[in-house]
Amino acid sequence: MTTDKRLTEEDVVAELADGMTIGIGGWGSRRKPMSIVRAILRSGLQDLTIVSYGGPDIGMLCATRQARKIVYGFVSLDTIPLEPHFRAARQAGTVEAMELDEGMLQWGLRAAAMRVSFLPCRAGLGSAILEINPTMKTVTSPYGGEELVAMPALPLDVALLHANRADWRGNAQYLGADWYFDDVFAMAATRTFVSCERVVEPGALVEEGPPETVKVGRLWTDGVVEAPLGAHFTHCLPDYPRDEAVQREYAASASDPDAWAAFRARWVDVPEADYRRQAEAALT
Amino acid sequence: MSETTRADACVVACAEAFRGDGEIVASPIGTIPVLGARLAACTFEPDLVYTDGDALTLGAPIPLGDDRAPTVVEGWLPFGHMFDVVWSGRRHVMMGATQIDQFGNQNIACIGPWAHPKAQLLGVRGAPGNTVNDPTSYWVPNHSSRVFVSAVDCVSGVGYDRAAAAGPSASRFHEIRRVVSNLGSFDFETDDHRMRVRTLHPGVTVEMVQEATGFPLVVPEPVATTRAPTAEELALLGDVLDPAGQREREVPG
Repeated sequence: MTTDKRLTEEDVVAELADGMTIGIGGWGSRRKPMSIVRAILRSGLQDLTIVSYGGPDIGMLCATRQARKIVYGFVSLDTIPLEPHFRAARQAGTVEAMELDEGMLQWGLRAAAMRVSFLPCRAGLGSAILEINPTMKTVTSPYGGEELVAMPALPLDVALLHANRADWRGNAQYLGADWYFDDVFAMAATRTFVSCERVVEPGALVEEGPPETVKVGRLWTDGVVEAPLGAHFTHCLPDYPRDEAVQREYAASASDPDAWAAFRARWVDVPEADYRRQAEAALT
Repeated sequence: MSETTRADACVVACAEAFRGDGEIVASPIGTIPVLGARLAACTFEPDLVYTDGDALTLGAPIPLGDDRAPTVVEGWLPFGHMFDVVWSGRRHVMMGATQIDQFGNQNIACIGPWAHPKAQLLGVRGAPGNTVNDPTSYWVPNHSSRVFVSAVDCVSGVGYDRAAAAGPSASRFHEIRRVVSNLGSFDFETDDHRMRVRTLHPGVTVEMVQEATGFPLVVPEPVATTRAPTAEELALLGDVLDPAGQREREVPG
């Protein structure tokens, strides 16, 4: 019998544990699995290491201090370049950081995907990277002696992604212009959970887009969550744009604990069905 | 001669930074660098490849700030492939700089010590990889001694002294092509790769720019003035690339 991988956000959170290393797909404030992130925010999970091309996923997990450590090349909300919750956590020293060049981050994930302990690269040489990551080393090529950075593998316990569509067997489809590094996150992870706008029957994804849009195949996925507007307030093109008004509300909530509590009450500590109604109303 | 503004001079200086690049990806960040790269692509560097800021490459320039303008999509360059391009050396990025020093070390990561930042900024982003793999330029819309500093707080983009100290692998493809600011354009074409005045925008004196710079600039004799935009360039800027005049908002006056 074929495996039906459908889960809820709460089912996914039940598979997570304190201290895990969790990779989150998307990019900046683009196609982030926000409904699963919110479920993590509502859970008691702690001591997480979050690996991400960071946006509000990292910001929120810094705000709740559930992220003990963050691994990133940048953290940005795109239209609001500096992520205020991330900034606050870094400036207060409440989160440990591993800051990388953007290319090095995907390289570390690829090393993990290949089950090797590092991959060499030129990026990082000469910059502050080797100073702010004192355990990172260089390696000398056996072919001519070139010295390069040995980017350590970044193995993930779990990857969390948001796709446009998926089937219930776990094939995930990306209908926008860029799937970013979602496939690499999945390959670097022991287990991968994908939320999506709509779950379809196996074989029906090709009615939504050509086969090459199925960027993450079921080989790599362990659970599928149907989450309409699941990326809100980040964008999930072509399904919906970023909700700039809600993003501004989120950014402003970094100003003081009361503002964050108010944002949380409205946009985090609510049942998903209520959230969707609010998000739909906000988007229209 | 027709009226040209400081912003026009900045656009021309940014365009000039891409001269000679041929068929590579131009990745300008900021209003005036975007206009500069597109102006170069419309005139003397017709083979430059440029994107919509996301994953699509464009076959014809689109006006800034007009979301309804028709877009001629030429091709596709998602982020995963962009890193392939960066690491292959087929890209020239013009980034911003919160701080830059006399050897071209650039900081966009944080102010204060990285371990305990006074102000956390973007993070190093792609600057470490860009600078050791491809020609890199910087754009500073507000030239001051807070930006042009004697030492940066966190080396995001690698300068000449650090590249040399890191060895041949770091220097092999390293080139800081140009720094363009609202006062002038600067290069590192000196014996020891210290920053040199290349051109000053009309109305700017050596004293003004040195006053606004936190380290001694190398000043050639005589100092060249940033060339004026041609009539064709002015028409392109006004009619096609920036009809709303967004460049004047980034550099007023």
